Amino acid sequence: MNNQSERSERYYNLYKENIKRIAENSSPYINSFREEAIEKFGQLGIPTRENETYRYTNLDTFFNHEFKSYFMPVASDFARAEEFRCDVTDLDAHGIVLLNGFYPTITDKLRQLPGGIWIGSLNEASKKFGEKIEKHYAKYAGSDSDGLVHLNTAMASDGVFIYVPEGVVLKKPVQVINLVQSEEDIFNQHRSLIVVEKNAEITLIICDHTLSPTKFLTNAVTEVYVGENSHFDIIRVQNEHNNAGKITHTFIHQERNSNASSNNITLHGGLVRNSTHHFLGGEGAESYSYGLYLADKFQHVDNYVNVEHAYPNCTSNQLFKGVLDDMATGAFNGRIYVHKDAQGTMAYQKNNNILLTDDAKMDTKPQLEIYADDVKCSHGATVGQLDDDALFYLQSRGINKREARLMLMFGFAHEVIQNIKVEALRERMDNLVMQRLRGELSRCASCMVKCG
Amino acid sequence: MLVIKNLKASIDGKTIIKGISLEVKPGEIHAIMGPNGSGKSTLAAVLAGREFAEVTEGTVTYFGKNLLEMAPEDRAKEGIFLGFQYPIEIPGVSMVNFMKTAVNEQRKHRGLEPLSASDFLKMMREKKELVEIDSKLANRSVNEGFSGGEKKKNEIFQMAMLEPKLAILDETDSGLDIDALRIVANGVNKLKRPDNSVIVITHYQRLLDYIIPDVVHVLYDGRIVKTAGKELALELEEKGYDWIKKDVGENNLK
Repeated sequence: MNNQSERSERYYNLYKENIKRIAENSSPYINSFREEAIEKFGQLGIPTRENETYRYTNLDTFFNHEFKSYFMPVASDFARAEEFRCDVTDLDAHGIVLLNGFYPTITDKLRQLPGGIWIGSLNEASKKFGEKIEKHYAKYAGSDSDGLVHLNTAMASDGVFIYVPEGVVLKKPVQVINLVQSEEDIFNQHRSLIVVEKNAEITLIICDHTLSPTKFLTNAVTEVYVGENSHFDIIRVQNEHNNAGKITHTFIHQERNSNASSNNITLHGGLVRNSTHHFLGGEGAESYSYGLYLADKFQHVDNYVNVEHAYPNCTSNQLFKGVLDDMATGAFNGRIYVHKDAQGTMAYQKNNNILLTDDAKMDTKPQLEIYADDVKCSHGATVGQLDDDALFYLQSRGINKREARLMLMFGFAHEVIQNIKVEALRERMDNLVMQRLRGELSRCASCMVKCG
Repeated sequence: MLVIKNLKASIDGKTIIKGISLEVKPGEIHAIMGPNGSGKSTLAAVLAGREFAEVTEGTVTYFGKNLLEMAPEDRAKEGIFLGFQYPIEIPGVSMVNFMKTAVNEQRKHRGLEPLSASDFLKMMREKKELVEIDSKLANRSVNEGFSGGEKKKNEIFQMAMLEPKLAILDETDSGLDIDALRIVANGVNKLKRPDNSVIVITHYQRLLDYIIPDVVHVLYDGRIVKTAGKELALELEEKGYDWIKKDVGENNLK
């Protein structure tokens, strides 16, 4: 326990050393949450395996590491980020690049898109759109047990802000590319806020990349408000290196008759932990939570999903699939919480895993808490090997065993990929997944960075 | 083409095939009939290379090569095709991708270039018509959500795509209504060439109304107990398998 409080104290000190510089760039409203949040972090600390939701994930290797002082960007740091181009050729998207959690353009920090949509820096937006921020910021991200959410609220420097006004449908997706690049080992935290008003629609793609082989730790929080009758899709593609630790917390708050989906695709990363929270806060809301993780060597991927049915007649669906090779480990914890008044709830959950070696390991745990009586709920989890009958079927047509195994794994993964509605991205993901399964490095081919 | 000599095979230590000898010449259609549990499907599994059946004795040569030493995919590349009694559903793998991979693997084996996308699609179209398979099925995952009849038609479609020298159809007629049965049988007949051979494994005679065999074997308790021309199938239909069982029993007494 001593180690624990010592460790938490280190992050507390990091806060004290840097808060002045962080606060200078931020708005008073965002700053007003910091003091209380760091106190809460002080009480909760960095999660350990004693915390039920982190039971299968050991954060020590990353959080015990001495990261250099908190990164603040200077103009020259941005040159490389400016050069970065995504190679998903047919992907027609409104792009945003974040470097180490900062919005790396000096001049164009907030852009207006057709229909009165705003995309840009959260810091910048908080100065300009006080009211919109105050209505939503820090309203959905909260936790009684996860100190990391509070650490982010206390120290978050910048992130993405997206505002979609009532009745506006954005056909092209918005793509956020999160880059981390540094000579030194760094810890970075960013914070994003997405507000989708009534009857609106937007798709958000988040790509997590690393540009240098140093040790990184990211602790990111995204809050999303999905208004009545609105449609929101978020797809997160994680393609980092074995030395990268990535912790994400996504909180999606849904109003009446809204439809939201989240898809976490983890292709590469040393330690990945995604927690996705879906709050169904109005009658008739629908939520979909998907995830795919492909891990090998000593990688670890943990998905925590929390779906809360607070109103009647809502539907939720979870589908998470993973392929674990070598000594890789994985965890899935899917919670469905149905409130007493949430009659007519339909909630489904599925987690399927393939272990390719005897040393790979998967822990999967459904957690259903149902307080209403008129509810349809199902959950199922499997951990197994490739299906021998299917393998023989393919071989019997002349496909050699290695190729047949790849096809089966690809088919297994495709069930998650097929839910991506943006065609160019779906095809690219199929492609990357195939390369990844073949053991070829799945980083984007034209990227100049040699991720690792 | 195929020469089976005194083949014995067991599953989990239990002997299922107790000594089968059989020769299939190019161009011949052989029917293997027999009651349930006689070893018909095990024989098909052994010929296709399914690992669960262990060969304990005997030889199988195919064009002079030891078939039993070949991996299942190599048997397929050499022209052996197994039509499954219960075709497997493979979610997430599209029929197009499956067939493209299979066809091109076989072409590679024969030293041919892979088919271009347009040639491949043309081939798919032609073969689909041949077996009267719904066009949409080709865009779906392999057998996923197919009806029983669609699955069996899909087997014949794959056979049409791969153009085997020796097709082994394991109870392809089971679970088919009369229309589907006719389509499946017509498909097999259209694919028949003077030099390729078919082994039709079936419980009932009705498939043999459409696919006329040159030779009919009756398999009972792991052995071929009777071999004759196509008239044997009709005799079986009339008298049932009890007649054979009785006959075998009497022979054993002699």
